[in-house]
Amino acid sequence: MPSDRYQEVPLEDKLRLFEQVKADPRFDDYLYGCYECGICVAACPSARFYDFSPRKIAQTLAREDVELFYEQLNDDIWNCSQCFSCVRCPRKNNPGGLITIMREVAVKNGLRSTKQALAGYTRIIYKIMTTGTQVSPDMLQEDAFPDWGPGVKEVAQNLALWRRALPPETLHTTGLSWDVEERTKQELYLIWKMTGALDMIAQLDEGLHDIMEEVMEEALEEGGWSTH
Amino acid sequence: MAERSGTTPETERRFTPDPTTTRDEDLREAIWELGKEGEWIVQPVPEPYYEARTKYGRTKKIPLEKTWHHKSCGQCGHIPGYSTSIFWLNRRLGLDYFDPRDQTSCTAWNYYASATSNQAAQAAVAMRNFAAAYQSGYYPLIHCGTSFGHYKEVRHELVHDHQLRRRVREVIEKLGRPFVMPEELVHYSEWMYAIRDRLKEHQVYDLSQITATVHPACHYYKLQAGDAVYDPEIYGGQRTAVVTAVVEALGAHVADYSTWYDCCGFGFRHILVQRDFTRSFATLRKIEVMKEEANPDVVLTHDTGCVTSLDKSQFAAQAHRRNVGVPVMSESQFAALALGAHPFRVVQLHWHATEYRGLLAKIGIDAEQAWAEFEDDLERLKAGEMEHLTWEAVL
Ligand code: SF4
Ligand code: SF4
Repeated sequence: MPSDRYQEVPLEDKLRLFEQVKADPRFDDYLYGCYECGICVAACPSARFYDFSPRKIAQTLAREDVELFYEQLNDDIWNCSQCFSCVRCPRKNNPGGLITIMREVAVKNGLRSTKQALAGYTRIIYKIMTTGTQVSPDMLQEDAFPDWGPGVKEVAQNLALWRRALPPETLHTTGLSWDVEERTKQELYLIWKMTGALDMIAQLDEGLHDIMEEVMEEALEEGGWSTH
Repeated sequence: MAERSGTTPETERRFTPDPTTTRDEDLREAIWELGKEGEWIVQPVPEPYYEARTKYGRTKKIPLEKTWHHKSCGQCGHIPGYSTSIFWLNRRLGLDYFDPRDQTSCTAWNYYASATSNQAAQAAVAMRNFAAAYQSGYYPLIHCGTSFGHYKEVRHELVHDHQLRRRVREVIEKLGRPFVMPEELVHYSEWMYAIRDRLKEHQVYDLSQITATVHPACHYYKLQAGDAVYDPEIYGGQRTAVVTAVVEALGAHVADYSTWYDCCGFGFRHILVQRDFTRSFATLRKIEVMKEEANPDVVLTHDTGCVTSLDKSQFAAQAHRRNVGVPVMSESQFAALALGAHPFRVVQLHWHATEYRGLLAKIGIDAEQAWAEFEDDLERLKAGEMEHLTWEAVL
């Protein structure tokens, strides 16, 4: 059934985004057509929980249904768990990989639905991009993980001490998962800058982008790197 | 449902892997070829290595020592006994390894959660870490299943896309680093598989009364599926052999359950900001099914996210009186316990959520006494008698 949602969005905008997805070098490797067999759906955890189907994603892209594509770009892709159980597809499709590409395009274009999907997540982006480790010990706070039981509070209360009670010399950190060298972090910042990954954040959250850019510029200057 | 036991497949059909008829390619020849053409330096697997079989019958070299430990941010951050146990096992067996500070995470957790990155950035992060390993003289051993799977994808892209290769090489050269591709990408659970008989030689506790269920990690064997270890002796070669082969070598019983192929519900983004999905999936499709069909003493797995989701999700389900309540850990932690590692100083079980004391008692470990010893360490740390708990104190 053709999608009648997002009628207010001009067709050329939808087409432009669709072309960006197709232009990704991985696209041809991830989609070879679709039998509609549903094997991917049977394996998909998100299909059990949400109104979501990797088969529909593969079908829509194979048929080049731009209207439905745009609907999925806004309403479906963030439900995927990126487990890649769907790669047991007999057609050798990779629906999860197609979703990764669609997400990248959604981020680059700063779609409102993407901003909403990632609203609670931006502190994690800050952590990974500025420290090189994604989840630090000090993120284990009761208010962030109330459903994980009383152990979280105990960890938070004893954090510094418990970290010192770890034999590996690299793990005595609380703000990072392990002790990452300053130079290593600087190299990571250069990677984000040179590959355009930092620019992507500007579309998602300008404030976050500016803060990170400042942190990175300062560190790179201190490290004596030329950033131009 | 018929009772299941052990790892004997319920079929007479034999699967005979044939490397010439596989559906995915072996990249290693291309990697050496690109090396010869000067596209990159190939870092060979150091000797001595173990030769394991992969899904379609190819041979994969697994280094035994001189390993550069590519740590996992989720393991080191939230379940630090995971990585500590891997290091401890190296030390217990007298194997030379290196725990670097010149390492970032693969950043793939973030990539699969938010897509706020791109192909070139992800490949550059991988190649920077590989360069750091090469320069240290040690060989990358990857702790996280997601890092392992993602790096295999990155390798596939770099082999096939010369434009991407050139672009990433430029970035790495700007950092003043060599452009290096390891001969094999190796996950720590493959190393555990390779040393399973040596682990057995050092075993302290009898595990014959212990029943485990194994959750194979999606990103270990579903991403670039041909490059995961399979063994005709384990599940008739139908499922990956890592974890299960180690647990069986240690004499514990591995029980089967019907939803083994399902993921753990981690979801990358979901575990952090949409945990209703993770909790439901981890308990309804995994833990409850395991409890009902196999009633295990412990759930064992080999990836960061799986330990986290399967362990932490049980608290809320318990509050709803669901059929849950089974400890979850990595096979490295389980093996460390079997070899006599301290449950708190090394295995660091106090970071886990689901009750594990029953398991320790069944293995024969006095949890109360061990906790008292650990508390004593904490007092000494507090009093400034020691700065950190050291390796010397735990071996
Ligand atoms: S990667 Fe996404 S679409 Fe594929 S099985 Fe996992 S949740 Fe479903
Ligand atoms: S498994 Fe593959 S062929 Fe079958 S419905 Fe899914 S994408 Fe289409």
